[in-house]
Amino acid sequence: MKNFKLPLTNRRSFLKTSGHLLIGFNLFPLSFCSTKETEELKNLYHGIPERPHKGREIIDSWIRLDAEGYVTILTGKQELGQGIRTALMQIAAEELDVPFEKCRIINGDTGQTANEGYTAGSNSVEGSGSAIRQAAAEARLFLLKEVGKEWNISIENLKVKDGIILGPEGKKKTFWEILNGKYLEENITGEAEFKSPDRHQIIGKPYQRAEILDMVQGKPHFVHDLRFPDMLHARVVHPPSYGSKLKSLDTSSIMEISGVEHVIVDGSFVAVVAKREYQAIKAWEKIRAISEWEKSLIKISPKVLFEDMKRNSAAPQQVEKHLDINSAIDKSAKTLKSTYTKPYHMHGSTGPGCSISLWKDDQLTVWSPTQGVYPLQNTLSDLFGLKKEQIRCIGMPGSGCYGHNSADDVSAESALIAKQVPGKHIRLQWMRDSEHQWEPYGSAMQIALEAGIDQEGKITAWKTQIWSDTHSTRPNGKAGHYISARHLENAFEFQKGGFSGGSYRNAAPLYTIPDRELLLHNYEGPLRTSALRGLGAYGNIFALESFMDELAKAAEIDPFEFRIKNLNNPRAIEVIQSLKLKSNWENRDQSRDVGYGLAFAQYKNSASYYAVLAEIHKSEQEGKFRLHKLTGVIDSGQCINPDGLKNQTEGGMIQSASWTILEAVQYDENGITSKDWSSYPILRTNNVPEVEVHIINRPEEKPLGAGEAAQGPVAAAIVNALSSILGRRIYDLPLREYFS
Amino acid sequence: MKTISLQINGKKHQVEVEPEEPLLYILREEFQLSGAKFGCGLQQCAACLVLVDNSAQYTCVSPCENFEGKTIETIEGLRKGDKLHPIQKAFIEVQAAQCGYCLNGMIISAVALLRENPNPTEEEIKASLHKVICRCGTHSRFVKAVKNVSGYR
Repeated sequence: MKNFKLPLTNRRSFLKTSGHLLIGFNLFPLSFCSTKETEELKNLYHGIPERPHKGREIIDSWIRLDAEGYVTILTGKQELGQGIRTALMQIAAEELDVPFEKCRIINGDTGQTANEGYTAGSNSVEGSGSAIRQAAAEARLFLLKEVGKEWNISIENLKVKDGIILGPEGKKKTFWEILNGKYLEENITGEAEFKSPDRHQIIGKPYQRAEILDMVQGKPHFVHDLRFPDMLHARVVHPPSYGSKLKSLDTSSIMEISGVEHVIVDGSFVAVVAKREYQAIKAWEKIRAISEWEKSLIKISPKVLFEDMKRNSAAPQQVEKHLDINSAIDKSAKTLKSTYTKPYHMHGSTGPGCSISLWKDDQLTVWSPTQGVYPLQNTLSDLFGLKKEQIRCIGMPGSGCYGHNSADDVSAESALIAKQVPGKHIRLQWMRDSEHQWEPYGSAMQIALEAGIDQEGKITAWKTQIWSDTHSTRPNGKAGHYISARHLENAFEFQKGGFSGGSYRNAAPLYTIPDRELLLHNYEGPLRTSALRGLGAYGNIFALESFMDELAKAAEIDPFEFRIKNLNNPRAIEVIQSLKLKSNWENRDQSRDVGYGLAFAQYKNSASYYAVLAEIHKSEQEGKFRLHKLTGVIDSGQCINPDGLKNQTEGGMIQSASWTILEAVQYDENGITSKDWSSYPILRTNNVPEVEVHIINRPEEKPLGAGEAAQGPVAAAIVNALSSILGRRIYDLPLREYFS
Repeated sequence: MKTISLQINGKKHQVEVEPEEPLLYILREEFQLSGAKFGCGLQQCAACLVLVDNSAQYTCVSPCENFEGKTIETIEGLRKGDKLHPIQKAFIEVQAAQCGYCLNGMIISAVALLRENPNPTEEEIKASLHKVICRCGTHSRFVKAVKNVSGYR
């Protein structure tokens, strides 16, 4: 990795004496040219020198204290808008005892940070957060010991405040003085104890996200905003539909377009490279107009999709086995049976995927909005037959992704183009219809539930059957997962590689039910699918919590009481009880113009607890309704940044409301017809409900992933509210026809 | 190619460009003003908004020559010296952002609204932000931030 290795010695002393940092590269050189105000001066601190991480087990891979008096945290996780940078800095500042303002952070970069896989599954605080917490505590202990040795004092007699170690007789020394430019290369032993929560001063407080200051001023922030000298702009023309093959393209007429430098045709992979972005777009339009394709049809139409799922799925996988669930249900006092469906949903990122690649001297560098820089490196290694050491992937903020959207595809494509145009930075951005038509969707699902209850309203037996395509085709080392790799002359084959547990995520009820069975019918559906925020949990909780409402009604028990009656998990019960109080349930509007719906879930049955009440009003339009309010209560254990947790939860609620009310990917035999925001509308400001989030903070508990907690419950709560106001049950999403 | 003159953030510039090239690409490439974003290229998402004679306008389709003789302000031009625009401050105070890709459209829409109507109702605020696509679901915070700046409480 010759390009990226830095001398490990001398550099620091050079930096110290020169007083200025010379960093490997400055991501946004232009952003510092414009003004000379205080903030820009602050920004002159460009960060630590680059150096490859040396293994997860040493402190330096997570925490660096540099010559200029800052602390840099390194995480393998990506900032996706969830505020992870701020939360991780809070954790480090707390355990190290340094001011938050002194902290900086570097996100996933195979040249610098540890391999933490994908930023997914609401795992960042639980995963990276705990690694950073440990490294910080260990760093603090090491520094205390160093000073203890020097002063010949037991560390029990030392205190730390704001990065300064205080000893008797006014002795003091800062962390930075102790290190004197050295790296913290000590092992993380596990010996250091964490601060007890009652001493926390940074964790649990609302800290602002530093990047918002840049964003509100339109400063370069996203991968889309990166600029390099002599950078060229590319566009890829994707086939008109899945599996279509390029028949002919007259490249000479494309080369005639002003500014066009390269037209790349490799099998059915077609790309154009031009000097200016707009020239690339004009060429892209012309290629679309003149290229001829052998079209492949989509055989399963939306009309027969759910029928086909039942007919053509694999033999069921028994996730939870029962010898004879049917008779267990039949024996119950009351029995119920319902089937629910959800359509394909889109990630629908506001900004189409973008990445920049440079292929130079057998080294490939990719600036990418991926959720996992190391998995990207692995997969590019498979695609190009390069050694991993020859590839550097640098994670950059993209437009919110909410799962596996185009980010990895666009990264592979910019690299494919860069290989043909070595020595130049190639910036590729997808066009809107590519993003809509080619991203992998959240799978359509069908969920059939059967249950029995006893005289008291206790659930006695429960059977779940799920039909779903896979919820994970992330390209974790397999190039065939990139759509463009499948389009090459020497095509990579797509191997689905088994169905993941994502399909039955949250399908097992958290409720205390003695007899239960869970069957999963894996289905290979017509559309490309992968991870979308919450995976199968959205569909499964929508069904489960809709069904809970039906059972509550059958048992003639209040929906709050019915759920509590069937739970024995105290935190689950408290979230529901708290929502009952916060939403003023007892004094709700009981007129026929308002409908309420409750839902609850613990995400993955192991992460955050979340309960929500939806309030629907009759609209001025005859027979139509509007979503008036969503009130949620969340318990994510120890809360790191309450405002960040609220923001993300509010966002999840509104996004889920949008999926539930409006969204379904449209397609016909010729391909995807949802190709822009008019053919795939999402919720906009006029129709967004009021959202209210309450946090149950449990500083003594471990922090729990929260980013996806709201997705499923909100769907069920809206459906329950609508069903209540309509006086009949709704089983199929979306709910578009009912809303004004 | 044609020389056109554009007034951007208080300065006059002459640029030699294809007159049909939409303003968005000129702003991002010629002027390194990357606040306005490409979102759809169809005038459906409002990621590309700038202020043109004080009103919020799309830049992803309209040829740059259509903007000659007009006053263009981008999000980068809202801050005056050390002073952030009140809307920028309000967005920071409310922490009205998740991924932030739609922020340009939200902020430009809000500034255009407040210049025309300093005391908008909640409905008017919502209506003015309605054209901007936000996928993270930060809408309620955007509305709150604009409320905090306007006379509305």
